[in-house]
Amino acid sequence: MADTMVGSNLSAVRPGLATVVEDWSSDQRAFKNVTWGKAMMWIFLVSDTFIFGSFLIAYMTVRMSTTVPWPNPSEVFALTLFGKELPLILIAIMTFVLISSSGTMALAVNYGYRKKRITTFLLLMMTALLGATFVGMQAFEWTKLIVEEGVRPWGNPMGAAQFGATFFMITGFHGTHVSIGVIFLVIVAIKVIRGDLDSEKPGFMTGRKGRYEIVETMGLYWHFVDLVWVFIFAFFYLW
Amino acid sequence: MMSYVAHDETELIPPLEVEEEELYHPKTFIGKYIWCQDAKVIAIQYTITAMGVGLLALVLSGIMRLQLGFPNSFSFITPGAYLQFVTMHGMIMVVYLLTAIFLGGFGNYLIPLMVGARDMVFPYANMLSYWIYLAAVLLLVASLFVPGGSTGAGWTLYPPQAIVEGTPGAGLGIILMLLSLMLFIIGFTMGGLNYVVTVLQARTRGMTLMRLPLTIWGILMATILALLAFPALFVSAVMMLLDATLGTSFFMPAISVAGEMLDYQGGSPVLFQHLFWFFGHPEVYIVALPAFGIVSDLIAVNARKNIFGYRMMVWAILIIGGLSFVVWAHHMYVSGMNPYFGFFFATTTLIIAIPTALKVYNWVLTLWRGNIRFTVPMLFAIGFLVTFVNGGLTGLFLGNVPVDVPLSDTMFVVAHFHMVMAVAPIMVVFGGLYHWYPKVTGRMLDPTLGKIHFWVTFIGSYSIYFPMHYLGILGVPRRYYSIENISFIPESAHTLNVQITIAALIVGVVQLVFVYNLIRSYFKGEPAGPNPWEATTLEWQTADTPPRHGNFGPELPIVYRWAYDYSVPGAVLDYIPQNQPPDSLPARETDDNPQAPPS
Ligand code: HEM
Ligand SMILES: [Cu+2]
Repeated sequence: MADTMVGSNLSAVRPGLATVVEDWSSDQRAFKNVTWGKAMMWIFLVSDTFIFGSFLIAYMTVRMSTTVPWPNPSEVFALTLFGKELPLILIAIMTFVLISSSGTMALAVNYGYRKKRITTFLLLMMTALLGATFVGMQAFEWTKLIVEEGVRPWGNPMGAAQFGATFFMITGFHGTHVSIGVIFLVIVAIKVIRGDLDSEKPGFMTGRKGRYEIVETMGLYWHFVDLVWVFIFAFFYLW
Repeated sequence: MMSYVAHDETELIPPLEVEEEELYHPKTFIGKYIWCQDAKVIAIQYTITAMGVGLLALVLSGIMRLQLGFPNSFSFITPGAYLQFVTMHGMIMVVYLLTAIFLGGFGNYLIPLMVGARDMVFPYANMLSYWIYLAAVLLLVASLFVPGGSTGAGWTLYPPQAIVEGTPGAGLGIILMLLSLMLFIIGFTMGGLNYVVTVLQARTRGMTLMRLPLTIWGILMATILALLAFPALFVSAVMMLLDATLGTSFFMPAISVAGEMLDYQGGSPVLFQHLFWFFGHPEVYIVALPAFGIVSDLIAVNARKNIFGYRMMVWAILIIGGLSFVVWAHHMYVSGMNPYFGFFFATTTLIIAIPTALKVYNWVLTLWRGNIRFTVPMLFAIGFLVTFVNGGLTGLFLGNVPVDVPLSDTMFVVAHFHMVMAVAPIMVVFGGLYHWYPKVTGRMLDPTLGKIHFWVTFIGSYSIYFPMHYLGILGVPRRYYSIENISFIPESAHTLNVQITIAALIVGVVQLVFVYNLIRSYFKGEPAGPNPWEATTLEWQTADTPPRHGNFGPELPIVYRWAYDYSVPGAVLDYIPQNQPPDSLPARETDDNPQAPPS
């Protein structure tokens, strides 16, 4: 057939592109071997990227246009440990914790597909625990900023009022993402340990079978939240 | 060897790639009829709710017109109330009526049926989408009743005035509006993800993307735009909410109100305008693209011809969608932004005219020498063409900086956008409702009432908006409670205003005929049969009308051809359904194909 000929001609030159064209001109699915849940999560994450993108662009705009000096992040976010002032130490630990949770998450996905029920459960709970630790440290950081340094959403003693406003808004929004993630991690972990995914038991108000694939879908979300943190970290603490 | 064209019929149908999933079968009454997960029921819920708030917005527009036509005759329309009505009218019409009805209503009903799926991919999230939308609508309506009333900031909600004392509804009104918008976006996202994934990943065998009816292409692209544009509105709503409640200064510069300095300092009102229009311009296409898609199908069915230039139409939809993200600042020529921006955005704006004009030509060429049936949906489709072209031409005026600057904020703008994104898409909503009502209910809408509805709406809308261009050129400002005692405005403008108001009231009242028609035909309409318009697309080939939960019979239909096989030379009927196999293949016994001609 003519169209397959076009396809094979192309694949001689650029195999990657040719297969993309083939997939998109085929029936049933545009992304072959991508399940509905995964496709939906990916598209949601693109949309969510636009949310965080808008937040960060707004932050950059107000930071560049304000005439009042911006507080110095290495001083504001410093922590005194053992009598020594250490800049960015808390945030370094928080970042380490969150990135580690991405590691445990990736392992959970792998063990999930191997149907290792107990290991998957433990790894998921570990991820949730690391996530909760992150949120806890964030709460500690907020408290320190509010109580000790007098930073408020509407102003602060060190400089531009937008510092507190953007900081609380954006880290708060990210923290909410992490917290929601922790809740869902626990839900998925419970499904795993109960064996719902092995017995393919349908979930709440759906006829669809439970599958280990939901661990991977969960993982996509979790890695995304981590990635966003890297940007927030760079823009708030290193700029 | 044949060259490949989109509408080639194929005999080779690839095997099923994914096992069918079990649908959720609720056992309780509430599960079946209230928390219903069937996309078709959700579509009806969306449509009825959207039409309900739409009627409210219509009444508000009538009240505004009364004030403009007969100033000072109605004591309850105070200047503040006028602004509140303008705002609620605009916001409801654009977001809660048109966006919701095109995507939540038509999208939910048509996507699974037209691509040959049993339901949306995640029916549970789809159901939540409707209930969150309903909550958003209730919050919006509640804002009418809080102390201070609803917000009067204009549908663009520009700060600083949206949240400072002196603007109507600057307290609770604006807060509820922002919360309602945030809910709407969350609800929409749940539905929107479903629409996109269903089209991309849940098509039936043989249904390639290039065989999709244009309706689906329009809805798909509009949904993608919405998923990428609503985030900007969400973010600006969050920030304005913080400005209004916590006293942050994202959008608020140092400002004095009634001689008193407020506590704000250093924020940027122009930042809000950028964020808002990054959402606001794609929003125009969120209501326009589904209209483009639906109207293409209405025209093809009723002209008994294949759509002219199907591939071009698809690419035009994609290109318009892409370009719509780089034109937003044409709404901001007078905002004080850098004039070089104006040059860039004027250029991109005028480039969009190319794919848009291409679509218009293709519609006209589809009509040309067609075997036209002047059914009610067809009338509305032609009404769309006329009003859309009209509004598109004035768009060329407003896209150019030097022409826009004097016309900005006048009635010319109001006339332009009502033509292009109010009347035109509403025409398609009506056309679509007349077209698919028989599938949804099993009964036809009364065509006589439909024709009355069409002619009064069409001629009436023209008498409202055509004269309004002149008012704008005279310099009559928009969002003005009263233009009395303004010396440069001639007497004739006032006479024209009376005429416009009378036309608006007539158009408003005739919508009741439509509502009556919808209700009466549900009980007494003529039985429609499965395929009253003799159309090719899959939704007309279902075994039951209205289709049952699961849409198709025991087996999903298989698609052998594109959606536009009308008047094919040599064929028995003047249309060939998409699921009818080529002559060389015997029809499958299990095909839901009630009208398959005996071969
Ligand atoms: C019979 C139908 C309609 C009538 C009589 C009508 C009338 C009006 C009037 C009088 C205004 C205020 C003009 C001003 O003082 O600035 C207005 C504004 C507006 N209308 Fe309509 N309208 C109708 C339908 C629609 C529809 C279907 C839409 C859907 C997109 C729509 C969208 C808007 C918008 C976005 C505004 C601007 C609100 C603002 O300035 O904040 N209208 N309309
Ligand atoms: Cu625009």
